[in-house]
Amino acid sequence: MRLEIGKINITDIRFAEESKIEKGILYVNPEDLKPVVLEDEKLVDVVFDIAKPGESVRITPVKDVIEPRVKVEGKGGIFPGVIAKVDTVGSGKTLALKGMAVVTAGRIVGFQEGIIDMTGVGAQYTPFSKTLNLCMVCEPAPDLKQHDYEKAVRMAGFRVATKIGELARGIEPDETCVYETLGIKEGIEKYPDLPRVGYVSMLQTQGLLHDTYVYGVDAKKIIPTIISPTEAMDGAIVSGNCVSACDKNPTYIHQNNPVIEDLFAQHGKTLNFVCQIITNENVYLADKERSSNMTAKLCRMLDLDGVIVTQEGFGNPDTDLIMNCKKIEAEGVKTVIVTDEYAGRDGKSQSLADADAAADAVVTGGNANEVVILPKLDKVIGMMDYVNKIAGASEDTLREDGTLEVELQVITGATNEMGFGLLSAR
Amino acid sequence: MAKIKVVHYINQFFAGIGGEEKADIPAELHKAEVIGPGMAFNTGFGDEAEIIATIICGDSYFNENIDAVKAEILGWVKELAPDLFIAGPAFNAGRYGVACGTIAAAVQEELGIKSMTGMYVENPGADMYKDKTYILETKDSAAGMRAAVKKMTAFALKYAKGEKIGASCEEGYMNQGIRVNFFEKERGSKRAVDMLIAKLNDKPFVTEYPMPDFDRVEPNPAVKDMAHATIALVTSGGIVPKGNPDHIESSSASKFGEYSLAGVTDLDADTFETAHGGYDPVYANEDADRVLPVDIMRELEKEGVIGKLHEKYYATVGNGTAVASAKKYGAEIGKRLVADGVDAVILTST
Repeated sequence: MRLEIGKINITDIRFAEESKIEKGILYVNPEDLKPVVLEDEKLVDVVFDIAKPGESVRITPVKDVIEPRVKVEGKGGIFPGVIAKVDTVGSGKTLALKGMAVVTAGRIVGFQEGIIDMTGVGAQYTPFSKTLNLCMVCEPAPDLKQHDYEKAVRMAGFRVATKIGELARGIEPDETCVYETLGIKEGIEKYPDLPRVGYVSMLQTQGLLHDTYVYGVDAKKIIPTIISPTEAMDGAIVSGNCVSACDKNPTYIHQNNPVIEDLFAQHGKTLNFVCQIITNENVYLADKERSSNMTAKLCRMLDLDGVIVTQEGFGNPDTDLIMNCKKIEAEGVKTVIVTDEYAGRDGKSQSLADADAAADAVVTGGNANEVVILPKLDKVIGMMDYVNKIAGASEDTLREDGTLEVELQVITGATNEMGFGLLSAR
Repeated sequence: MAKIKVVHYINQFFAGIGGEEKADIPAELHKAEVIGPGMAFNTGFGDEAEIIATIICGDSYFNENIDAVKAEILGWVKELAPDLFIAGPAFNAGRYGVACGTIAAAVQEELGIKSMTGMYVENPGADMYKDKTYILETKDSAAGMRAAVKKMTAFALKYAKGEKIGASCEEGYMNQGIRVNFFEKERGSKRAVDMLIAKLNDKPFVTEYPMPDFDRVEPNPAVKDMAHATIALVTSGGIVPKGNPDHIESSSASKFGEYSLAGVTDLDADTFETAHGGYDPVYANEDADRVLPVDIMRELEKEGVIGKLHEKYYATVGNGTAVASAKKYGAEIGKRLVADGVDAVILTST
């Protein structure tokens, strides 16, 4: 499968009468977007705002981050099975708005959303302090249950991102990247001497607001399968979860999966990137066993020499991570796993909830329990009502001087387990 | 700014007194003297720090009279009150390494004075003391003195000034078993790809997180006589009386709570809720029995299947909570349950 990604660099976002993209500037009329959000009666109001890198702005509680894209050639549309029809995506041409993101926010669960600071210490840890963020704070209808609120905000974010992505149609990209994987036989013929490498991506599916969707299917209910790595670039995998902000994979990171990008960078040079294997992180033991068995079997059937396994979340999914690693290694396939750590505020605890000698090659996104002090910022997009309750905070988080004492856990993307960031630990 | 005051510890060999034949000399304090490798340190310190005293001791004497000599040296160091205590570097000299580790660790622990040493990774002193003081990694022989002093000097100044000490791999000290965050030069995915390529080609690579020895607990044998047993409920699912009176955190809990079940037959939405931040709380808040099954336990009690339900339950939040904290709460809860004569516990998670 061959996909071209045309990158349109967005250098500013401004509110204006007419929604359009011109000379790299995204002009948005919130009145155009409001009806897109409020078409769902579960949401009664939405406030749009813009946060720019370096501004004294805090966005919280953050639910998802999405990159607007539009499909201009080839089958299907962005977010297949969710927004577009379920055609198989991942080939043809897609335009992406780089340097910006749609950020959804709201008091969904209150303690399972995150913080994005556009300046200060917190900004060093979140990748989304470097993007121009079009934020949408969504108000629920009265008495809406959290899971209905989550779904409504999730879908509203995709609708808005799609609408903005459409503005890119017809615009000449600043840069084009081509990603192509070959069929099994083709790949072996073309790269007979290169090791065959796969990417096992574990999707958060613990349920109860910890879900991920693939072509609109709740990934709890999938049996591990293979997809082309370019499918995720067209939004085939979307986030629907409210887990600790630091190590959940927002939709943006699925769209810009760094493991896929970095494997493509070596594709045809030092390795043959064969495919992405998606599996889940269910809570029942039988599901864990089945999924890890299937994943290991797929690695064997595809004659892979090596895989990178990435995780989402922590604790319970650590057991899936170790099971996958152990079983894949037992098939003779070399693995590297990517995780983060919960080693306690003092860094002295065991970092994962499971361990095995087979996991001898680990990349870590850092200790999520590390405490940082976030400065008081001038403006809040969203609300501060939950900063003392958010996962990684405590009743003493909001201090008298307005600063916040928090674990990195609260910061969206801080210890990302797809290796999106530079943070690590030893 | 006043110069940082440093006390330096070396053995008889590096003091130029002699080799093995002089290894039995007792400890000596040389105030205002800079001896042996101390000269190189002092030069490296420039205007920022100075060695105010050098302590010399024979390696055999130190190791054979460890308690007495330790007390003697601690007495001197206490009086000198330096900002930093440096021992060695000891390279691969075994007894010297142990002496450096012992005295550096003691100065830090007993006097609260910052300490550090340097040695080769296979020096027996390294494994013994690397989690008790900063041990900078050096070559295996004194041929590596210049590099060792350079590394130790830079670290000493940073440490003594109270600057943030980064991760072991950045600073060159031996990992203390404490996880320290830092920013790498390449993003994680790139590091993973590079590591995989190395692994596939049988080239060396260094894992970023060596697997620990995992602490597995064997379950106790089954309870034979349930009909007369007192059963307690303990949960990491965060079920607390409404309003979360102890403010147990939604993640990374700093405490557990002990709550009464006296007279409670059923948990309902008006009286109990969850404090847990790791799952959709709707169902637990609607009916907390779903996580802490008090209703079923009361039925079993009534039917005589169990003797009785213990009148107190314990709850914490098992979400991002450090294993060390969980272990501490478990031990304390266990102690209280045993004291109350509880026979068995049902642990519920989420």
